[in-house]
Amino acid sequence: MELRRFRTDLHIHSCLSPCGELSMYPRQIVERARAAGLDIIAVSDHNAGDNAAATARAAAGTPLTVLAGMELTSEEEVHLIGLFESADGLRPVQTAVAGKLPPAPANYKFAEDQVIVSATDEVTGFHPGFLMGATALTLHELVELVHRHGGLAVAAHIDRESFSVISQLGFIPAELAFDALEVSPRMTIAEARATLGADTRFPLVSFSDAHRPEEIGRAATDFLLAEPSLAEIGKALAGADGRRIMSS
Amino acid sequence: MTLAELVERLDLKVFAGKAALQREVKGGYAGDLLSDVMAHSRKDDVWVTIQVHPNIVAVAVLKELASIVVAHGREPAAETIERAEAEKVPVLGTGMNVFEFVGRLHELGIKGS
Repeated sequence: MELRRFRTDLHIHSCLSPCGELSMYPRQIVERARAAGLDIIAVSDHNAGDNAAATARAAAGTPLTVLAGMELTSEEEVHLIGLFESADGLRPVQTAVAGKLPPAPANYKFAEDQVIVSATDEVTGFHPGFLMGATALTLHELVELVHRHGGLAVAAHIDRESFSVISQLGFIPAELAFDALEVSPRMTIAEARATLGADTRFPLVSFSDAHRPEEIGRAATDFLLAEPSLAEIGKALAGADGRRIMSS
Repeated sequence: MTLAELVERLDLKVFAGKAALQREVKGGYAGDLLSDVMAHSRKDDVWVTIQVHPNIVAVAVLKELASIVVAHGREPAAETIERAEAEKVPVLGTGMNVFEFVGRLHELGIKGS
């Protein structure tokens, strides 16, 4: 099978994330992603996946592939990106995580910033959960949860001074089976490799962590794949069957 | 002051490292970001945290800390206790929150840098 390059950004927040701009609705995300030359994206909102299906539908009929993601918060306050082939694949993890989030404080003001939308950008509801909270699941349990449901587990923005596996836990525990580590747009992969030293046993990828439309694709990773799918990206991260990371 | 005295005076729970309680405490540090603790804690410090991940033991070994105190009634993970026993790192516990507990340490003359 012929392999080709797919430009990929799998860490994009929609208007469901309390910190994501309200202008991050499905058609806008799809349009910006295409303008940025991306072939594969994922919406990865904090601890919820309610806009994943709508974003995939908004891209129907375009060359853009939309995978489903979530940026999960562990008990240790480490951010982990869980990636799935589709919103259906994401759902069991979303349900499991919803039951492990603390209740929102009485004066929680951000529910109105947690907007659920349709593929045509209509507001269909607001997420009542405490999405910026930490789940009661350890990082180890979250990685296992993602893997049990066929997903890929990527440690988010490992170079950041908060919410990264290194900031929270000092170094990457030996037993954690990440599929990749994400470097934020602040740092190049080469810089990250030099800084990390012994922790570079995992593949490094770079995604945008976009919270605003203009940030989509500001960092991305090129994969050599047979087709734009999560399974193919999994192979590339493992360096299997000729699939590989080309550059970030 | 030794850890044994500290355990006695502040009524601490001993989760691990009973055999090493004669160790002397020279100072203290508090924090839950292990990267920060690795950068700023000092040898023979008592380290107060609510983090219970097994990596806390590795940080204590690396920095030669006198002990870890897990605050606010949190229970270390089973693996944390196992590793602490293997590394002979005392892991103590208090029901007090970090702020309260650090205040008590100051009263006993244990200061930060």
